[in-house]
Amino acid sequence: MHESILDYGRYRYLWVALILSIGSLVAYLWHDPIGVPNGGTWLGYTLGTIGALLILWLLWFGVRKRRYSGASGSARGWLSAHVYLGSTLILIAFLHSGFQVGWNIHTLALALMLLVIFSGFFGVYAYLRYPSLMTRNRANTTRDAMLEEIRELDQQALALADKIDRNIHDVVLRSIQQTRLGGGILAQLRARDDSAQALASLRKAVSTAGASAKADAGSQTMVMMVDFLANQASDAQSDNLRRLIDMVSRKSALATRVARDIQLQALMEVWLYLHVPLSLGLLGALTAHVLSVFFYW
Amino acid sequence: MSEVFEIAVIGSGPGGMSAAARAAELKVSHILLEASPQLSNTIFRYQKGKHVMAEPEALPLRAPVPFEAGTREAILDAWDQGMTRLGVNIRYGAEVSAIKKRDDGVFEISIGRSEKVLAKNVVLGIGLQGNIRKMGVPGEDAPFVQYQLDDPDEYEAETIIVVGAGDAAIENAVALAKQNQVIIVNRRDEFARAKEGNLRAISKAIEDGVIECYYGSAPERVDKLSVGRKPGRLILNTPKGRAQVLCDRIIARLGANPPRSFVEACGVVFPNADPASVPAISEKYESNVPGLYIVGALGGYPLIKQAMNQGYEVVEYILGNIVEPADEPLLRAKFETMPGFRSVSSALELVQKSVPLLATITPLQLREFMIDSAIRTPKAGEPIFKRNDYTNSFYCIVSGHVEIVVDEASDKRIRLEAGEFFGEMSLISGRRRSATVHAGQGCVLIETPRRSMQKLINSVDGVKKLVDRTFIERAIRGRFGDEATPAQIREVVASASLQKFKAGEVLFREGDEGDALHLVRVGSLTISRNLGGREVVLSYVPAGNYVGEMAIIGGGKRSATAKAAIATETIRVDRDAFRKLLEQNPLLRARLAQEVKQRTAENITMQAAASGGDIISFLVGQGVGEATDVLLIDESLCVRCDNCEKACAETHGGTSRLDREAGPTFADVHVPTSCRHCEHPHCMKDCPPDAIRRAPNGEVYIADNCIGCGNCERNCPYGVIHMAAKPKQKPGLLQWLLFGAGPGPGESPYDPDSNQKKAVKCDMCKDVKGGPACVRACPTGAAIRISPEQLPEYAYARNP
Repeated sequence: MHESILDYGRYRYLWVALILSIGSLVAYLWHDPIGVPNGGTWLGYTLGTIGALLILWLLWFGVRKRRYSGASGSARGWLSAHVYLGSTLILIAFLHSGFQVGWNIHTLALALMLLVIFSGFFGVYAYLRYPSLMTRNRANTTRDAMLEEIRELDQQALALADKIDRNIHDVVLRSIQQTRLGGGILAQLRARDDSAQALASLRKAVSTAGASAKADAGSQTMVMMVDFLANQASDAQSDNLRRLIDMVSRKSALATRVARDIQLQALMEVWLYLHVPLSLGLLGALTAHVLSVFFYW
Repeated sequence: MSEVFEIAVIGSGPGGMSAAARAAELKVSHILLEASPQLSNTIFRYQKGKHVMAEPEALPLRAPVPFEAGTREAILDAWDQGMTRLGVNIRYGAEVSAIKKRDDGVFEISIGRSEKVLAKNVVLGIGLQGNIRKMGVPGEDAPFVQYQLDDPDEYEAETIIVVGAGDAAIENAVALAKQNQVIIVNRRDEFARAKEGNLRAISKAIEDGVIECYYGSAPERVDKLSVGRKPGRLILNTPKGRAQVLCDRIIARLGANPPRSFVEACGVVFPNADPASVPAISEKYESNVPGLYIVGALGGYPLIKQAMNQGYEVVEYILGNIVEPADEPLLRAKFETMPGFRSVSSALELVQKSVPLLATITPLQLREFMIDSAIRTPKAGEPIFKRNDYTNSFYCIVSGHVEIVVDEASDKRIRLEAGEFFGEMSLISGRRRSATVHAGQGCVLIETPRRSMQKLINSVDGVKKLVDRTFIERAIRGRFGDEATPAQIREVVASASLQKFKAGEVLFREGDEGDALHLVRVGSLTISRNLGGREVVLSYVPAGNYVGEMAIIGGGKRSATAKAAIATETIRVDRDAFRKLLEQNPLLRARLAQEVKQRTAENITMQAAASGGDIISFLVGQGVGEATDVLLIDESLCVRCDNCEKACAETHGGTSRLDREAGPTFADVHVPTSCRHCEHPHCMKDCPPDAIRRAPNGEVYIADNCIGCGNCERNCPYGVIHMAAKPKQKPGLLQWLLFGAGPGPGESPYDPDSNQKKAVKCDMCKDVKGGPACVRACPTGAAIRISPEQLPEYAYARNP
């Protein structure tokens, strides 16, 4: 049945990670180097080598994930291992350095590595948290279907508004032109769709139309507005208005849902824009770290 | 009286055209009657530029007009030229309404209402499309009335009346409404016959005022107008009285009359009522009416090349010439592996003599059957198929014997001798092989693929009866034969009958009297109980299992409702006969009582986990009931990365065969649009080159001999088959990753050069190591594949 990246293979890689961590820790505590523990002792070199190999292997995931032929295990197994062994790296790196930090290339590598790992932690959180939210928000339809419906509602609303009043038509048209879904990364994450504004301006247009006709039309709710207009104008007119408000409300709800959908998708992807470039940066810093260590040896 | 032709050919499809051309070549008096205004209407109506393939490749073409794979236009041009060159006497627009054989043996062919053509021999090559139904009112043939529509975009700014309420009418109306004013006329009050998607489209168009609809209205008369802006008007009978609608064009889409009734009216007999059955014809293509010959798809030969060969041969036969059938070399190559082979005819004779099942079929059917089949001569002890294989071919034993392993643990075997057959279980139920079969000494077998065997079963009643009887007997013996004696089993078999259920039909209801036991032969069931006014599904019963024994053993009422999940067929065993069997066999009774106990316990577990039952109902509603393997996505794990689709595209020539996003979701279980590998695949139903096959592990795949006709795409109710062209080769992954070379994973730019489209579908990555790429590529474990047998377990596991 379904297994998540955490419980894959009955937590196989959690155990691997734990054994690796405990082993490293025990070795570190047992080891009694000359001077302070650091990367220059035999254990330091060993842990450093393990860490560097781990980093290279973790980076390889980007390639493995896109290799679809061949049978080198399943992608979820790889990801599960990626998550657990990646987390172990924090401990291994600190044990390797003997908890020494400074303003140098070595600590830069460490800092980059930590940033990569913590951005990955957000990724794990996002992968476990947002999919359900996304499903619930979609309510059994697809984003394309929702966008298509919005487009249709817009056209219908425009046609209907045209029948009611020029003023209302302008309001609806403006609201359609102002509706923006998606966009840049910030816009995606903010999930503002501006459709609520359209509803508000429509209400305002209705109330001003009413106010000019009768003085006490200061009532706030839409239903009262509609009732008011029903008394004023013909039946067909008020019916049209009611339908228009229904349409705009429905569109607004849909637009909010699409915006939320885009936001959730963005949340599941945005961390990768940190994780991947930083990990490439880490590869550079790591190379410099290793080279410099051997250079000064 | 007018001229009596030697040969009249009806229908100018590949078969009829080739026959007329051969007659012209031999200077035999002939006439070719074609209802439409052009040659080969079916192929003429293919979309422009369509690539027509020439399967089967091994079969040589024998016809006076050329045919090789190419575009529709090239083929039609070559045929037109051929017809002109040979001076074929062809009459277009001649719709034959009846064929009558006079006492003097001459056929009287009626064209339209009054005209008649006389001929000594008739070749019927009318295909399966049937005659298009007309409106049946005065003016139905007015110039602005048409009964087909090829390209809706051809019309602009017209007022068009669409008559009809089927899918074709709706699709036309909706497409035309883009640039025309469209009025649709529906005889009924709703669009009941239409597909879900079309129903939605037309309802919406009517609601939006894009299309005007006259419900409950029937055309009464079509008038041609000479004054005014519109060329015609349609008078309608509406519930509110008579209405007249002015129009530029009337498009009536009223379907077609299947040719069967016409053929029967000519005196030709069909073996049974099954719509798939074809009339029996002799080796020389002659029907039961002497002088009336049938060629092409109507006789069960859907491929162009076959039909053309038959057209050539039939003329030779009519003239009394003996020609070696075009398939003779193919058959010779087949039989050559058979020990003691002398000639094709003696080998065919031997087959028919030694296998009683094939004794009653006609020589032509036998040839066809043998061409599709393979001769197998396995060594003694070699397995022919293994238990749980998904193959579905059928075997006849010509000589030697085979051994069926009925009990793996004790290696108990039963022996089948020459003349018997096996493999019918998987053929009929569409499920895995129920036992391993080993070859015996000197074994010669005929292995027949599913489609050919089903065609034979549907065409020859005797074959159907024998296969069914054997199936029932073996199924009952397989379930209860361990304890009971053969005589007792025979008695139960005698009381058994086959019963069919439509999807959703109830076999029995909770609380009913238990009157019979049902052994599911085809399809599957759901078992449900009414708990507090709500139907709760407790389990899912695939083919091969039985239900209803509880009430018989318990002696009381049904404890649950059994409902067909899909179209289902059961072997119904009468209560009294079964009770008697139990009384005679205490051991069997004890075993069944044990099973009942276990089932009750399972049901109680499921009852406690009622939401699991909802998942089963949901999945069964999505067609999982007929699946053998289905892709499910847990949406609480799916991060929408579409790596599954990319993996699919990358392992399958650039086109993904699955659509992750589409498809419904229930309780976080998402059924994407992807192949379910149905037990009885809908796509296999009508594949002219028989290119859709089932591999031993159950994968339904499309072989390379696909001709790109698109039948499977239309027949698949789940929309998982696409027509696609092979894309260009891509550079390697690292080149893309590091240097951005070429399209990335899952991307495949549209290639405008290629119009050689073939059908593509999921093959469960049967040729890729490590199993389905979609599941392997899912980084979060959201995608899995399960078979319906795992449904209860799956549903239970997902119960919160």
